[in-house]
Amino acid sequence: MTATKAPTPSPPQQRAVRRLGDRVFAGSAKGSGIFILLVLAGVAAFLVSEAIPALTAPAEEIPGGEGLTGYVAPLIVGTLLGAVLALLVATPLAVGIALYITYYAPRRIAATMGYVIDLLAAIPSVVYGFWGLAVLAPALVPFHRWAADDLGWLPFFAGPASASGRTMLTVGLVLAVMILPIISAIAREVFSQAPALHREAALALGATRWEMIKMAVLPYGRSGVIAGAMLGLGRALGETMAVAIVLSGGAGATLNLIGSSNPSTIASNIALRFPEATGIDVNTLVASGLVLFVITLAVNMLARWIVNRRADFSGAN
Amino acid sequence: MAKRIEVSDLNIYYGNFLAVEGVNVSIEPRSITALIGPSGCGKSTFLRSLNRMHEVIPGARVEGKVVMDGQDLYSPDADPVDVRRQIGMVFQRPNPFPTMSIYDNVVAGNRLNNRKMKKAESDELVERSLRGANLWNEVKDRLDRPGSSLSGGQQQRLCIARAIAVEPDVLLMDEPCSALDPISTLAIEDLMAELKDRYTIVIVTHNMQQAARVSESTGFFNLNGVGQPGRLIEFNPTEKIFSNPDQKATEDYISGRFG
Ligand SMILES: Nc1ncnc2c1ncn2[C@@H]1O[C@H](COP(=O)(O)OP(=O)(O)OP(=O)(O)O)[C@@H](O)[C@H]1O
Ligand SMILES: [Mg+2]
Repeated sequence: MTATKAPTPSPPQQRAVRRLGDRVFAGSAKGSGIFILLVLAGVAAFLVSEAIPALTAPAEEIPGGEGLTGYVAPLIVGTLLGAVLALLVATPLAVGIALYITYYAPRRIAATMGYVIDLLAAIPSVVYGFWGLAVLAPALVPFHRWAADDLGWLPFFAGPASASGRTMLTVGLVLAVMILPIISAIAREVFSQAPALHREAALALGATRWEMIKMAVLPYGRSGVIAGAMLGLGRALGETMAVAIVLSGGAGATLNLIGSSNPSTIASNIALRFPEATGIDVNTLVASGLVLFVITLAVNMLARWIVNRRADFSGAN
Repeated sequence: MAKRIEVSDLNIYYGNFLAVEGVNVSIEPRSITALIGPSGCGKSTFLRSLNRMHEVIPGARVEGKVVMDGQDLYSPDADPVDVRRQIGMVFQRPNPFPTMSIYDNVVAGNRLNNRKMKKAESDELVERSLRGANLWNEVKDRLDRPGSSLSGGQQQRLCIARAIAVEPDVLLMDEPCSALDPISTLAIEDLMAELKDRYTIVIVTHNMQQAARVSESTGFFNLNGVGQPGRLIEFNPTEKIFSNPDQKATEDYISGRFG
């Protein structure tokens, strides 16, 4: 660009000026990167150092008197139970919604519906909590009773049924509604990107619309849906307010989803206990937070790994 | 079983845009019909209207009649899914399903509608179709590999195998060789020459020599200007088109004096 300019500014000076801009930019970019890492490292260091007393304390000093493992185990079960239930309910629904929006709905309905689903993601979780407590829990009481009577042979529905509906089942369903928009947004994205080339190949073979989706859309979108589900799972694992409001937790580990005594989840347990905690109690809560951190990290890494595999796959395409 | 296709007064729209206007033509069974013409004149559009693939595009529609051996393809009770099962299509860009093996690609059409096949039966079908598409020897040892692991020319022949595995009456091909090297192109031309004993074949091509080599009849599409609909200017036996066409425009196009 400057090739036709008069040769007044000396080349070394010009190069130096350009280098300065580069350096400022590179420096600030690197600085922000390092800053983020420092903050993260600081948080992690704080978590670990605060957790160490609980990790090393004798078992009877930990709240509950059964050691750290005894304290955290029911919370882990509660956390995973609620989150996995949410995932199992939300994923098929989200895939159905995404398919309907991308391939079945008339264009205007599709746009409106997509917008409404996205709105679900904007509702604060405390609202979900109150909705779960005031609406969903009472509404599910008859279902709890029916499940205890007719599905009681499953460990999940062992009963006796809770009379309030404030159970792991209700929590799982509230969480399902909360993660629905995450999964369906990602599913919608990948489904709509299924190549027209392959969709038309299926149609030209005489596929019905559903067969076309099975041949050319679902296989293409599968890893994207899995990644979306993992993101949703991460959200469900860490959800605090909604769970704390709905669940009457605090009991030991159980797979029973409909009973009146349920294990709490890690995040909601921290939120409920932290204000009054002192001394070793605080360290115990932080240690449980560390466990949640590790679980969430593992889920995110799994999702990332799947997404990367998918990137390879579509690149080879 | 090859079938004759009669097209009368066909207008093809994208939304309000009239892309192709007033096509009347009769396509003979057991022969190859070539469609030529400048880019954007509506050859692909016309081809896709023959197996009701045109309407897959939102807003796209068709007026007029396409009749295949007495069966009106656009009558209200004609099911586009059935039409496409009878009229197979090979696209310009090879499009084997990347998530399926070579084997599964070939039988993909036969597995539709939950039609169940015995293993021996489908093995036999795969071999027959791949032999028919001149691909068997190259892939017989790796039928379980993904379809996308083949070269472009092999992929295109795989798509032909997939199209003939369902034994359609008509085979539509939209520039099937445009992404291929001369050797693959010759292989596909040989293949078409074999297939025409059993199928009605319609092929769109930009390659005049190819049209002259393989086809019995040739249709020349043209358009008067940008935004104008394309029209079928001339439809005649291939020898006549390339030696003594009726229309001046055809002659100009074929001799390269197109402008
Ligand atoms: N999906 C579409 N939506 C709207 N208009 C389209 C669409 N596809 C094609 N057209 C228009 O229809 C006309 C005919 O296009 P068509 O693809 O049939 O041309 P063609 O003869 O096959 O050209 P080429 O030789 O380049 O493949 C063009 O004006 C094109 O812009
Ligand atoms: Mg074309």
